[in-house]
Amino acid sequence: MTTTTIEAVRPDRVRGRGAGGPSSTRTVVAYGFWIFILSDITMFSALFAAYAVLSDRTAGGPTASELINLRHVFVETMCLLISSYTAGIGALSAERRQPDRFLIFAALTFVFGAAFLIIEITDFADMLRVGAGPSRSAFLSAFWALVGMHGAHVTSGLLWLIYMVAQVVAKGLLPHVLRRLLCFSLFWHALDIVWVGVLTVVYLMGAH
Amino acid sequence: MLGKLSWSAIPFYQPLPLYAMGVVGLAILAVLIIITKKGWWPYLWEEWLTSVDHKRIGVMYLVLALVMLIRGYSDAIMMRSQQAIAIGGAEGYLPPDHYNQIFSSHGTIMIFFVAMPFVIGLMNFVVPLQLGVRDVAFPVLNSVSFWLTASGALLINVSLVIGSFARTGWMCYPPLSELAYSPDVGVDYYLWLLQISGIGTLFAGINMVTTILKLRAPGMTYFRMPVFCWSALASSILIVVAFPVLTATFAMLLLDRLVGTHFFTNDAGGNMMMYVNLFWAWGHPEVYILILPAFGVFSEVIATFSGKPLFSYRSMVLALLAICVLSFMVWLHHFFTMGASADVNAFFGIMSMIIGVPTGVKVFNWLFTMFRGRIVFKTPVLFSIGFMVTFVIGGMTGVLLAVPPIDFVLHNSVFLVAHFHNVIIGGVLFGALAGYNYWFPKAFGFTLDERWGKASFWCWIIGFYLAFTPLYVLGLMGMTRRLQHIADPSWRPLLLVAELGAIVVFFAILCQAMQLYVSIRTRESRRDLTGDPWNGRTLEWATSSPPPAYNFAVLPRVETIDAFWEMKRKGLGAARPAYEAIEMPRNSPLAFVIAFFAVVTGFALIWQIWWIAILGLLAILVAVMVFGWSEDRQREISAAEMARLERAQLGLGRPA
Amino acid sequence: MEDPDRLYDRTPGVEDQEPTANYWSYTTGFGLAVLLTIASFIVAQTNLLWPPGIPMGLAVLAIAQIGVHLVFFLHIGTGPDNTNNIVALAFGLLIVFLIIGGSTFIMANLNANMMPMPMNLPH
Repeated sequence: MTTTTIEAVRPDRVRGRGAGGPSSTRTVVAYGFWIFILSDITMFSALFAAYAVLSDRTAGGPTASELINLRHVFVETMCLLISSYTAGIGALSAERRQPDRFLIFAALTFVFGAAFLIIEITDFADMLRVGAGPSRSAFLSAFWALVGMHGAHVTSGLLWLIYMVAQVVAKGLLPHVLRRLLCFSLFWHALDIVWVGVLTVVYLMGAH
Repeated sequence: MLGKLSWSAIPFYQPLPLYAMGVVGLAILAVLIIITKKGWWPYLWEEWLTSVDHKRIGVMYLVLALVMLIRGYSDAIMMRSQQAIAIGGAEGYLPPDHYNQIFSSHGTIMIFFVAMPFVIGLMNFVVPLQLGVRDVAFPVLNSVSFWLTASGALLINVSLVIGSFARTGWMCYPPLSELAYSPDVGVDYYLWLLQISGIGTLFAGINMVTTILKLRAPGMTYFRMPVFCWSALASSILIVVAFPVLTATFAMLLLDRLVGTHFFTNDAGGNMMMYVNLFWAWGHPEVYILILPAFGVFSEVIATFSGKPLFSYRSMVLALLAICVLSFMVWLHHFFTMGASADVNAFFGIMSMIIGVPTGVKVFNWLFTMFRGRIVFKTPVLFSIGFMVTFVIGGMTGVLLAVPPIDFVLHNSVFLVAHFHNVIIGGVLFGALAGYNYWFPKAFGFTLDERWGKASFWCWIIGFYLAFTPLYVLGLMGMTRRLQHIADPSWRPLLLVAELGAIVVFFAILCQAMQLYVSIRTRESRRDLTGDPWNGRTLEWATSSPPPAYNFAVLPRVETIDAFWEMKRKGLGAARPAYEAIEMPRNSPLAFVIAFFAVVTGFALIWQIWWIAILGLLAILVAVMVFGWSEDRQREISAAEMARLERAQLGLGRPA
Repeated sequence: MEDPDRLYDRTPGVEDQEPTANYWSYTTGFGLAVLLTIASFIVAQTNLLWPPGIPMGLAVLAIAQIGVHLVFFLHIGTGPDNTNNIVALAFGLLIVFLIIGGSTFIMANLNANMMPMPMNLPH
């Protein structure tokens, strides 16, 4: 198809891509993934709503302030934040066609993401040991669902990262691989955004 | 080994479902045998099952919707008959256990597997053509969406035969839907199959939003898009933000049932009211997801058949966007009686009345479009006029119900049932059928028979009024919904009229089947050779009927609203455009494979056969990873081949 | 091949054309996020803020940090070509607010209207 410049078609009346014809594949894929992220955030908001409603329904069982270990949470948060940073630098390296740098930063992202998960899973195991599992009370059900859902997303992200690293190693930084890395970056940063919410609402306000 | 599954899951001792299963089973077997004998499998596999073409996928959605309409209708006629018979001393023929499953599956099927596929199918088929582009943003994802929806439909049909369906009503409220009160697999069927088809729907919404916002023909700014595309955008935006809430809510109920959590239980702090709240936070946007594309269809149909541009395009768009936002501010009107205080009820009551205003604007705009137009009374126009009368009445009863004190009397009565059938049948179904009749020639190259179409319209509208007007009266007299036995014999005459209405609807469906049969048989006399059988206004009519796989050889340059009308006015260019090579996506079996394993996994999760569920999920993951590794997923159509295909179209008398 | 869209269309995550600026974008964002995180922990655990104001303080810090992520990591800018992204984000935020705010408001009201329960039942 012939591309048309925006200048040729009433630039004063035009916003976005309306006048130039269909956007490039990269733009379309990234925007579609952005919309998916928004849908995922809506799902988290339903879980947040449930948590907000049920946060004081402890049924005589353990409360948030009894269970939360803020030191662990701080370390977790830092790990996730660092992994978000390394993911960003990795994305830049990929854009600049530097596969070796990308792989280093992808590895760092994986390590810090896995560290987050390990700390979280250890905390979950501790909670189970003291009888604070999801079936103890409504508060705990909501806690486990919200934090667990975030953790499940992080896990899927790490598996996705392994798959992407395999693609980069096997095929190099082809356009479609780059598009997927872009989607991964969006996903990973969005997870950190959701974590800010979880951290604040569940942990910081819960411990307070 | 096999979880909760055993031979007792098959209802050997219940004649009705057993015979139904037998008949359906034989029908399916017959179809499969015919296909095999005629050697159609390669064609079906290559052209339909693995297709990523939005036109093919749209048609498959419509086929699914029409087939499930029959199942949903048979549930309806069974309920109506039971209520017509079981009055006073009579027992009827459906025990309560069955009756409860039937009204639950009726609602679930009609909303999720008839109305949604109809609407999504029409959007799928029409939107890329109207936008002047070659396909949706993510064609393979599009086919995944369809096949996941079909997986859900398959599972709900399996529930008829193996195990049972939920007995809770289509909304599945706790505590009835909790393990303590629904220990069997019925609710699990409901939850898992809707999770599966919900993922499909979500992907369809994401796809459509991206397509409309990022893929349009050169020159098509937002305010040059056809109104149907705006309505598709509004509906898809709602899908994207509403369906995840349903996913989360069902996930919580599943956790309650499977893991023993306490989101909605009676004890340990659970709150059942929260389910109702979250369910309807999805449920209200859902009804707008259904109706907005229907509004879009009517805008197209009325403008085309009045020979006039749509009146006040901008206010139509604004109304759509207003409804989009407002639909998230009214959901409490579904549970006025749950105990919120008067001020909260009043707020939502007022908001529910306000949301009727944009729709009123649209109705007036349609009327003004028709005013002084040269109206051609084809079947789509009959459905449109029928819609305008019927939907307005339904909307008015809705505004009535939006008044909390009135709702305290009428909540969960058959008045409510009449209201929502009024708006769904008068709005969504009529819109879907209007769209079906209007775009059928574009999809298949010949128009549908007019006589049978009009006959089906009259049967639908007469059947609807006969079936549901008595319910308004009965609701005011105090009859609640979902009654398996009627204690008050004075209700008998009205219930008999309602039964008559349901029978007339049977004839409506029969007329539609006849319409299709006759149209196919006599299709040569109604061939659409120009691609523009209705003197249309929008770009889909600029293609041949059916369009080539790539829709447009050269993407049209758009300069106004009603781009095709403008092109006709100026005279279609005689000069052959310069063709360039294009890339189209190849077909892919991914969606079918995912759907197959989704059915297996869903069934295993329902019956708690964990090892099969895990294997099924792994299979899906492997399929996705294998697909993701492949590279050669586009095929090129060279300029020479394009020229050849276009010449062939000309040779058939179709426009290039 | 040069992407003609880079001039006119942007989506979150797609960087603009000056590479150096972006290392700084990520690093600045990271630094700010670390500071905001530390600040939230301090606010939660000490009496730096007047105690009844702590939830509000935490909320403000969280919103600020989300903003830092959106701008520095996801490159949500303010040019006219970014309109689609911002409108989508704004609509998403509206819905999140309506779902969480609406649900808490409604449920609080419903819970308040429940019949008084005997004290020996766990709730």
